[in-house]
Amino acid sequence: MNKNTLLPRQLIHLIAALFKDIFRQPAVLFWGIVFPILMSLGLGVAFTQKPDVFHTVAVIKNEEGRQAQATPRMDAFFAAQTAPCESSADQTPCFKLSLQEEQLGRTTFTFLKTDRAQAMVLLKRGRVSILLEEKEEVLKYQFDPLNPDSQLTYLKLVRLLNRGKPDSVDSIGHNDIQPLTVTGTRYIDFLVPGLMSMGIMMSCMWGLSYGMIEKRSKKLLRRMVATPMKKSYFLMALMIVRIAMNFIESGLLVLFAYLVFHIRIQGEILALIVFFVAGNIAFGGIAVFISARTANTEIGNGLINVVVMPMMVLSGVFFSYHNFPDWSIPYIQKLPLSLLADGIRSIFIEGAGFSQIAMPTLLLFAMGIGFFAAGLKIFKWH
Amino acid sequence: MEPIIKVKEVHKSFKNVQAVKGISLNVHAGQFTALLGPNGAGKTTLVEMIEGIQKPDQGEIFIMGKSWKGHADELHRLIGLSLQETHFIDKLTVRETLRLFAAFYDLGRKRVAEIIDLVGLAEKRDAYAVNLSGGQRQRLALGIALLNNPKILLLDEPTTGLDPNARREIWNILLQLKEHARTSLILTTHYMEEAEHLCDYVIIMHQGRILKEGTLEQLLNGDGAEKIIEFTLEKPNQAADLLGSRVPFPIQWEPDLGRGTLLVSHFETQIPSFFDFLKQKNVRLKNLECRRKTLDDVFTSMTGRRLDE
Repeated sequence: MNKNTLLPRQLIHLIAALFKDIFRQPAVLFWGIVFPILMSLGLGVAFTQKPDVFHTVAVIKNEEGRQAQATPRMDAFFAAQTAPCESSADQTPCFKLSLQEEQLGRTTFTFLKTDRAQAMVLLKRGRVSILLEEKEEVLKYQFDPLNPDSQLTYLKLVRLLNRGKPDSVDSIGHNDIQPLTVTGTRYIDFLVPGLMSMGIMMSCMWGLSYGMIEKRSKKLLRRMVATPMKKSYFLMALMIVRIAMNFIESGLLVLFAYLVFHIRIQGEILALIVFFVAGNIAFGGIAVFISARTANTEIGNGLINVVVMPMMVLSGVFFSYHNFPDWSIPYIQKLPLSLLADGIRSIFIEGAGFSQIAMPTLLLFAMGIGFFAAGLKIFKWH
Repeated sequence: MEPIIKVKEVHKSFKNVQAVKGISLNVHAGQFTALLGPNGAGKTTLVEMIEGIQKPDQGEIFIMGKSWKGHADELHRLIGLSLQETHFIDKLTVRETLRLFAAFYDLGRKRVAEIIDLVGLAEKRDAYAVNLSGGQRQRLALGIALLNNPKILLLDEPTTGLDPNARREIWNILLQLKEHARTSLILTTHYMEEAEHLCDYVIIMHQGRILKEGTLEQLLNGDGAEKIIEFTLEKPNQAADLLGSRVPFPIQWEPDLGRGTLLVSHFETQIPSFFDFLKQKNVRLKNLECRRKTLDDVFTSMTGRRLDE
């Protein structure tokens, strides 16, 4: 049989040439092969070395300003089965209980005894997934029934509190679910600011970075700077267009969330606008820095992913980052996407204003200007 | 008269490739100059140094007596250029693209309309850049280069990859310009017809150096033999009989092509004596062509390879 019919020579040569093309570009190779491996390593370490499942419960000890109410059942439970937390940043009483199960692995419950107002803040931030209130020996569970994490916590918690008492489902007290559907406490209230922040990041990184890299690779940048065009105008125009687009995109998202889920902005609108601009400047600066040199869209792709992917995972867009190890939280909170998402959330659902978000606003502006300046220094127009 | 462009001993290397190895040249006002050479001759690097896009490793470049350092904005206003390959913003129309670039020179709609007519894109004025053909895109690039009525026009392979019709359209625009404006042009090309047709002065480049330069006449008639006879033989192995120091004709034989070339000054007298010589050697011709000498022949005689190789 003619061997050419098996695999045409042309095809073999083409395949060989394409492989060579890839393997002779170390940067493409890095982003295509090494980077995903590093990502999987990083995420693998983050998730596999921490087999524990964490559930945090706020136990309401009193309404704000009122005298502490008695919680004899929970106190008895804490005394008998839990240990005080090793360290607690604030003075909130804290108890921990770890259960090892063969199939499910280790589950750790953390109980924070706090007042209702603080408990609501913790819930809005995704720090706790359920509120537990004891009134005259009856336990009331308050959570968003549409939040799967809260549901799971509820089921495990009921099982835990009724452990060893198979004869009665609620022998420790009378179970009572109180759905929390008050604006600001639902999962959607947590999610929308996260999505807004992610939208700003994605739009800046892909819209600005990729756009610039593509214009460079098409030699359009080179052609434009061969005219009396001011270079700074070009970058400014790109940023302005992107910020305007983000305003439209985020505005539509908020409008949709308002119409469908009745989300409200509880804090200062002006503070939100300033903060929004700060977020755009931060990611705009990062985008300019990332796209300052390469003309290869594949390398650009990798560079953008190296910024975007870790923050997507770590910064609490979809779920609270408090599930990550305690040592990592202060670092995660400094990531630009975390700053942005936390800030927007605090304005949306905690009613924050200028005074509360002054620091993150400044940080985001500083990051943006710093990266922009560094990017401009190394920017390659040709 | 002081040349409008003065290049003095410039060198440029990229990593381990020496792209330009000490080139000097002068371009005078109103002169159309071709940088002719095969791919890799260093034409684009040289022209990009003149455009201010690349910086020479050594040597100096003066445009109207000014170097790029400290005069970039001023020089950008004097120069119009088109790069070897530029893609414009995909979803911007021809008119919008021209308006954008016109804005960089503080020019208005009137100039844009003039340019659209000049480069013959009136029918395509509302077409997106991405939907233009290769020739139309090059005419748009040329239009952008001409927006500011440049004193100096630098075109890097403006017709490479275009079909003959599209190429001729570009040539016509440039010839019109030559007639009506006092623009100096430097054009890089590897098409000898382009250099011959458009330019008064031709600089032949090879491997980063200038091989030969002069007006078309100087280059073609430099050795007094401006005509060429090309022939093939019925029995190519007889070629050896025609070569050597004792034969009356300096024939160049290309064994790979099985073709002989003879430079002559007068067909009328030299062809009959060439035929007599063949008869005497008992050699029969398969084919014979007489033509005038081209720049390609000049290049081949100096490098042993053709411009389009």
